[in-house]
Amino acid sequence: MASRLWALTRPVRIYRKLQPVAKNYSNLASRPINMYSEDEIMMKELVARFSADVVAPNVKEMDRTSVMTEDVYRGLFENGIMSLEIPAEYSGVGGTFTSACLCIEEVAKVDPAVSAMVDVHNTVVNNTLSMWGSEELKERFLPSLATEYVGSFCLSEAGSGSDAFALKTTALPSTDGSHYILNGEKLWISNASQAGLFLVFANVDPSQGYKGITCFAVPRESEGLEVGPHEDKLGIRASSTCPVRFSDVKVPKENVLGDVGQGYKYAISILNEGRIGIGAQMVGLAEGCFESTMPYLFERKQFGQAIGNFQGMEMQYAEVAMEIESARLLVYNAARLKEAGLPFIKEAAMAKLKASRVAELTASKCIEWLGGVGFTKDYPAEKFYRDCKIGAIYEGTSNIQLITIAKNIKQNFQ
Amino acid sequence: IVNDTFTAQQHPKHPTNMSISRAIVGCKRVIDYAVKIRVRPDKLGVVTDGVKHSMNPFDEIAVEEAIKLKEAGKVQEIVAVSCGPKECGETIKTALAMGADRGVHVLVEGPAYEGLQPLAVAKLFKEVVAAQEANLVLLGKQAIDDDGNQTAQMLAGLLDWPQGTFTSELELDADGKKFKVLREVDGGLETLNVTVPCVISADLRLNTPRYATLPNIMKAKKKKVDVITPEDLKVDITPRLEILSVEDPPVRQGGSFVENVDQLLDKLKNEAKVL
Repeated sequence: MASRLWALTRPVRIYRKLQPVAKNYSNLASRPINMYSEDEIMMKELVARFSADVVAPNVKEMDRTSVMTEDVYRGLFENGIMSLEIPAEYSGVGGTFTSACLCIEEVAKVDPAVSAMVDVHNTVVNNTLSMWGSEELKERFLPSLATEYVGSFCLSEAGSGSDAFALKTTALPSTDGSHYILNGEKLWISNASQAGLFLVFANVDPSQGYKGITCFAVPRESEGLEVGPHEDKLGIRASSTCPVRFSDVKVPKENVLGDVGQGYKYAISILNEGRIGIGAQMVGLAEGCFESTMPYLFERKQFGQAIGNFQGMEMQYAEVAMEIESARLLVYNAARLKEAGLPFIKEAAMAKLKASRVAELTASKCIEWLGGVGFTKDYPAEKFYRDCKIGAIYEGTSNIQLITIAKNIKQNFQ
Repeated sequence: IVNDTFTAQQHPKHPTNMSISRAIVGCKRVIDYAVKIRVRPDKLGVVTDGVKHSMNPFDEIAVEEAIKLKEAGKVQEIVAVSCGPKECGETIKTALAMGADRGVHVLVEGPAYEGLQPLAVAKLFKEVVAAQEANLVLLGKQAIDDDGNQTAQMLAGLLDWPQGTFTSELELDADGKKFKVLREVDGGLETLNVTVPCVISADLRLNTPRYATLPNIMKAKKKKVDVITPEDLKVDITPRLEILSVEDPPVRQGGSFVENVDQLLDKLKNEAKVL
């Protein structure tokens, strides 16, 4: 029985053909996972500085108003943080996937909401266009995505989340075959408030089921495209999440990414790797929360000593630090596997699942360690606690990750 | 072995009517300012292994000033220079990513590096300036590890060039022959005219260094960095000072309340011994 859920979790063989094998694969074997190249370290440090200087002062306000500050948004583009993997010939930085994860992690240490935008834009939107867009589409849109505006990935709808291929948005071909007409409404679309380009998954022939799903590049100014007001969310509030409605939107056939009817494959592919980026975001969240909380444990004295010196506390923060380290290693190993052109789907699912759990554990514990002050908005832990929940939900819920992992394991024993 | 590509012939000056054809900028690799410093068990230094290092903040300001001068068309070429172990390559790369054109890395490793002091650095820079035919040197006023505040002054002495130190404002004259230098000194602000060629040391308020954007970091990979040794420059870098011990500052004692002025005077005289 080929249910749509099964289609989502089946490994996509097409994927490996598109990925180059790492040139230095033989050298990777002797390196610790946490060892990065000089370029990767320089990029990571630049983003860390930018996050501390430009993002940090705006975090509280952005969370309160649910709006991303213009300085932060522009600054990300000016410093190249929105074009991490785009090649230099399209005005990008030309970094590795691991360097993108490192940058996403650094931003998340300061603000997971800004990191969410950086992650979706780099690892999902830019990479989908890079991998399956025609040369003409890439030349038209990549430079703008690199330097000017953010992009959105439109897959989910009110009636289709985990069951992504049950999507109802249609893209019926025009009678002369020169364009498609999009009709439908997407929900939960990240970055939609500011996006200049939408990558939309719609069905050109519903009678074909998921085999009609096609990916379209739809510019914001297209007539009939309407972005709804953003959701009032629990966490990552500065990252806009909106419904996007398509009413008879005409999309030229040149704007199809890859082949008609292959959209489902592209969606699975990009989500399989995009979730490593989410893993990096969650690791950054955990690390940022932990590092902002630990100094307090040595300032706060009770019963005559710093609370950080009590064995009970030592054992707790040792556990949490170990969990963060294990999540980090899962994430970066999955990133290196992908770069090396090796199978990584199981590892990516494990990385995202583990990292989101660790983020929640860390944020929760940090609030407890801070005590009363941790429960107020004056300390950063409560925001990290609200932000972490999304990790278990977007780019594949935790339950979906478990099923993906199980499917991969089962293959060896059936 | 002398690295032949190092000499000025390989990097010809651009034809120009500007008097500043080539600026040398010093960038020292130091322990990052945010790191908590720990004294080594042998009490002869601080722990540097595995500790985060970055470019000396005052040197970043010097690099930024050089780039601003170049963007204003006052300087043709910027050469970033660093003396130290191979990790200094990263420091030079940061300067290149900010906008310097080329780098020169004077490789000094191990015990020789531990004993590298400002006089030796000034001598090394003197040779680099001569070989590069530079006519401006920009340095940070001091390094945040040794707080030496000597290299710029000593270098100016060795070169027999005028110096503008603790610079918080720098303006090149219209004829390009002298700088108006605003210095922050203990008594206030001092304005000097300093003729080119000269040595300038940067103070905190001179500018706000730019970020090296990610695309520039990648472009910096293609910029040339020459690696040479003190032997190539024929400079003796043996230390003239021997560090006897390095200790933590004393743990801060709490203050106390006094009842009246007499008690205050008594404590100042007999306890604090400052009267």
